[in-house]
Amino acid sequence: MSVADPLPHDSARLHVTGAARYVDDIPLPANALHLAFGLSDVAHGVIEALDLSAVRASDGVVEVLAAGDLARPADVSPSAHDEPLLAEGRVHYAGQPVFVVAATSHRAARVAARRAALRVAPLPAILTVDEALAAGSRFEGGPVVWDKGDAEAAIAAADLVVEGTLELGGQEHFYLEGQAALALPGEGGEMHVIASTQHPTEVQHKVAHALGLPQAMVRVECRRMGGGFGGKESQGNALAVAVAVVAQATGRPCKMRYDRDDDFLITGKRHDFRIDYRAGFGRDGRIRGVAFRHLVRCGWSQDLSLPVADRAMLHADNAYRIPAMRIESHRLRTNTQSATAFRGFGGPQGVAGIERVMDHAAHALGLDPIELRRRNYYAEMPAPRPDRTPYGQEVRDFILGGLTEKLLDGADYAARRAEIAAWNAGQRVLRRGIGFAPVKFGISFTLSHLNQAGALVHVYTDGSVHLNHGGTEMGQGLFQKVAQVAAAEFGVPVSAVRITATDTAKVPNTSATAASSGSDLNGMAVQAACAEIRARMAGHLASLHQITPDAVVFAGGAVQAGGARYSFAEAATLAWQGRVSLSATGFYRTPDIAWDRARGEGRPFYYFAHGAALTEVVVDRLTGEYRILRADILHDAGASLNPALDIGQIEGGYVQGVGWLTTEELVWDNAGRLRTHAPSTYKIPAFGDRPAVFNVALHQGANPAATIHRSKAVGEPPLMLGISALMALSDAVAAFGGGRVYPALDAPATPERVLAAVERMRG
Amino acid sequence: MHLAFLLNGERVDFPDAPPTRTTLDWLREDRGLTGTKEGCNEGDCGACTVLVTDPDGSLRPLNACILLLPQLQGRALRTIEGLAAPDGTLHPAQQAMIDHHGAQCGFCTPGITMALAAAHASADPDLDPDTALAGNLCRCTGYAPIARAARAIAHAPIPDWIAADARALADLSPHLALSLAEIPRGSGGSAPGATTPADAPARAFRPRDVDDLAAWHAAHPEATLVAGATDLGLHLTKGLRDLGRLAFISGTPGLCEIASTPEGLRIGAAVTIEDLRAAIAQAAPDFGELVRRIGATQVRAAGTIGGNIANGSPIGDGPPALIALGATLTLRRGAARRTIALEDFFLAYGRQDRAPGEFVEAVTIPPSPGTLHVHKVSKRFDQDISALCGAFMIATEAGRVTHARVAFGGMAGTPKRAPLTEAALIGAPWSEAGVAPALAALAQDYAPISDMRASAAYRLEAARGILLRAVAGDLVPPVLGALQGGAA
Repeated sequence: MSVADPLPHDSARLHVTGAARYVDDIPLPANALHLAFGLSDVAHGVIEALDLSAVRASDGVVEVLAAGDLARPADVSPSAHDEPLLAEGRVHYAGQPVFVVAATSHRAARVAARRAALRVAPLPAILTVDEALAAGSRFEGGPVVWDKGDAEAAIAAADLVVEGTLELGGQEHFYLEGQAALALPGEGGEMHVIASTQHPTEVQHKVAHALGLPQAMVRVECRRMGGGFGGKESQGNALAVAVAVVAQATGRPCKMRYDRDDDFLITGKRHDFRIDYRAGFGRDGRIRGVAFRHLVRCGWSQDLSLPVADRAMLHADNAYRIPAMRIESHRLRTNTQSATAFRGFGGPQGVAGIERVMDHAAHALGLDPIELRRRNYYAEMPAPRPDRTPYGQEVRDFILGGLTEKLLDGADYAARRAEIAAWNAGQRVLRRGIGFAPVKFGISFTLSHLNQAGALVHVYTDGSVHLNHGGTEMGQGLFQKVAQVAAAEFGVPVSAVRITATDTAKVPNTSATAASSGSDLNGMAVQAACAEIRARMAGHLASLHQITPDAVVFAGGAVQAGGARYSFAEAATLAWQGRVSLSATGFYRTPDIAWDRARGEGRPFYYFAHGAALTEVVVDRLTGEYRILRADILHDAGASLNPALDIGQIEGGYVQGVGWLTTEELVWDNAGRLRTHAPSTYKIPAFGDRPAVFNVALHQGANPAATIHRSKAVGEPPLMLGISALMALSDAVAAFGGGRVYPALDAPATPERVLAAVERMRG
Repeated sequence: MHLAFLLNGERVDFPDAPPTRTTLDWLREDRGLTGTKEGCNEGDCGACTVLVTDPDGSLRPLNACILLLPQLQGRALRTIEGLAAPDGTLHPAQQAMIDHHGAQCGFCTPGITMALAAAHASADPDLDPDTALAGNLCRCTGYAPIARAARAIAHAPIPDWIAADARALADLSPHLALSLAEIPRGSGGSAPGATTPADAPARAFRPRDVDDLAAWHAAHPEATLVAGATDLGLHLTKGLRDLGRLAFISGTPGLCEIASTPEGLRIGAAVTIEDLRAAIAQAAPDFGELVRRIGATQVRAAGTIGGNIANGSPIGDGPPALIALGATLTLRRGAARRTIALEDFFLAYGRQDRAPGEFVEAVTIPPSPGTLHVHKVSKRFDQDISALCGAFMIATEAGRVTHARVAFGGMAGTPKRAPLTEAALIGAPWSEAGVAPALAALAQDYAPISDMRASAAYRLEAARGILLRAVAGDLVPPVLGALQGGAA
């Protein structure tokens, strides 16, 4: 049984030998061109003059195109058709592509792209949420507001009211492989695009539209990405369209990859949020009502901002039963990079908001922050009367009560809490702090029709299995998990399953590999395809042996039928000789979901995935520097398809979440230019930033929802476990004070912000 | 001239090497060796880490993205494609990365695996993986499985094929002897992809020794000296500049020595930061720890102390400590030498006291009159550029300060001494209360700026914090100490 085995990543050996090929590693035909964009360095303005003569004259340049030179308008937006490939008349952010150069080398293209004479008459630029609010610069006309009960009345009637503001910075994806795409023009106008993308189908659509071709003439392929994290859901469209457009114009293969600085300057990042909160609590620590205002900085185009902001609202309850709630979500348009999908897709911001409320209330009530949270948890599964979320979904599978208990026991929470207090009492400069964060994350695309997947499986007469599906591999181990599913269906070892590149020519009309849904959706589709082929094989062998098909057993690389035992290859050959098709497609759509976005009501999620983390830090009051000393995590991956890969997602997600909330700071100057555009200035966690003690375990248990082998999605939820580090820093900072002032620590909690919070403790 | 070195054990000859071509571009574009990855093209992510063995047999991990081909002259370059044995047997680092699930997306993996192999080859069982891997970013794993892989191979024997480069160099050294000729102008057009300005004609020179360099540089005062290229490389990869006439000075005899002299410890300008670290770690532990946080292993193995000083950066981490140590700088122009106090070298932002044709020959650290305290503050602990970095040389008698030299980086347009703070310290009790006037004086010595690394207000506040930490250093553990000793 291959399912549940802790197998290595399918490409592990290729990774460690340097043989795994990414887009930029593919050998190019001799006449290939390399592309680079010329960028605006003005945040908002009218293009008055664009002189490209020096660009054209630069060494190695073959083609230079601005918006007006395109055969037809090219749009790269995933949603609202509001992102021209190249700026048309106006520029909307500093970093926006204005023209594209094709040259004989990557470097020649980059050199040429800097030689344009671009004159932009500046217009007032809206850079901050305050400026956007004041100017009424927003998407969707006005705020989206969801009410459950009368939150204001509930807060007014409560024993205690806490209110405040939480600033949450954005986050650059910093996939190690930058954006890249390659277009190979074929005969009769066909275009073959190889791209580093989480969404080959969307790339296909955007390329087909830009080239004026039917979708059937565009094939998009992706074997693997060097990291995605949401940053390659829509942000690769521009490169793919650019290479296709220039390939069509020149008839030559074209490749484009962003230099790292360009990648930072051009592409979108996680949405930064300002969350205003007002919450009422009883003396018993139970929340009575909460009102949130989410100010979401969306950047210049719509991109995926609406569903991101929705998901933030859908996670504003996190793990808690909240009798009355109001959320106002303002989706603000600014002259900055268009914020986009990033692991968690708004969920982390929503969760951080309510976790701040819980932390603040515990401080005000003098209650242990974990105890306060547990008092507000949803009813544990199996609940006789399940609670409902503010948006009306029954919470039938809540397991954080037991999971928290187990985590705290294993991490020795009570004793450590006491030991830390005693240690802190003896310190002059340092304080340790401990913080907790639970996560309950809804699994499914909130746009319900995206919850579908397809697969294509062939069995060959030697017993080898060719596996294809619509999901993409970005490091998460999806391909291996799905191969394990296929191997289990056929009773063959995983080595018999050949994983192949995601390809719109094999499986069409796919959804992005996003929303943590990769193995849920594609695993089921693959299982369906394999089950179909297996049933045909079983039917044929059953008729040969005069038995019923369900008496044919596929296991251990062999097929038992009646008294006979065939190798899987022999069984496949017999089926072929019997003129049985050994190729099948599989299809899956998630059942039981229904979501009314306009009303903010329904069942958007098929199920919830859970986890909890406890983090300990130490803070230095002299400089605000800090270190993470220890993290303990227990995470719910259902019945894990592959525990090793799932643990990897949890460890990596936690550290990425910690990075978002601590050292990763995006800084724009007053003119709207991003000043942190390379790893020299933008600091993702480094090796030494992982917790010194790092205990991660799976909370094993079957998913009550009928998912693939009862597993649960694990891509995004662990990122929110990083919130425990922000809570721990807040706890340590609070220990410098007398308990009167709440630290109100914003994120990213750089040493500078931590020091400012420490100083507030003295005030 | 012709450039010659070993690539994965095979000799490579360049009749006319393009001197500003990076090793990374050459590997990927000309040799089709795409296992070495470009993650940032500025030496900050480690995805392009390769192993370079020197003629003396020592092996270093280096960032190929800012390693120029002439820097490989007479050395052995090994890439991820050459890490496994010729028969395909994986290097222990490769096997451990598989066994411990150290790769997810796999893009940083070749660099991480090479960095692990380099640490492993150092045969130091106590080698701290936090240090060995500080220069390798991974966005997927959270590093935990990589740390497990590092632990797993700590005691595995070094595969004999890794040592083969050193043996081969010894055999080949007469043929690979450093060429003294110039790389002829007009070279570089023959390599595929080498048609762009960076590869365009540039005169490159490799001096025989420091005197040879001095004579050449006096004759070519407009030329740029290339040592480790850890900063200069970015002028190529990010600035896309034509660097003009170049001299490659790493390994130049007379520039690479560390010697005890009557004036103190004389450190040649081309001594790498990593070698400096080894030399001073015992004598000045604070400085040693600071040097550990300059760049990362790959950067320290290439970058030199001379470069760290000569580029005049206000946030270079070497100068504040060296100024506090009372270091002097020896500048050389032709046959003439002059020696100045290091702090006098930095005239203003972007301007140093260095005449055309003159170069930094050595830095000399006099015997220490007291204790050096050095603290660096940055957003990220390892491999980050300082928001500020402060150094205090303090001697006390009976609890009062008798000698104080204070210098900061990141607080002004240059690394700068703090005369008023020093004056306030001398004679004062070396205690939290005693340094109060000095804390106030810091604001008169410095008017820092706000930028993406920190605000002006924070810089001043943290500068005071650093001084207090220097005072309290003996009383409370610094943050790192708590990390190691205080955790439950």
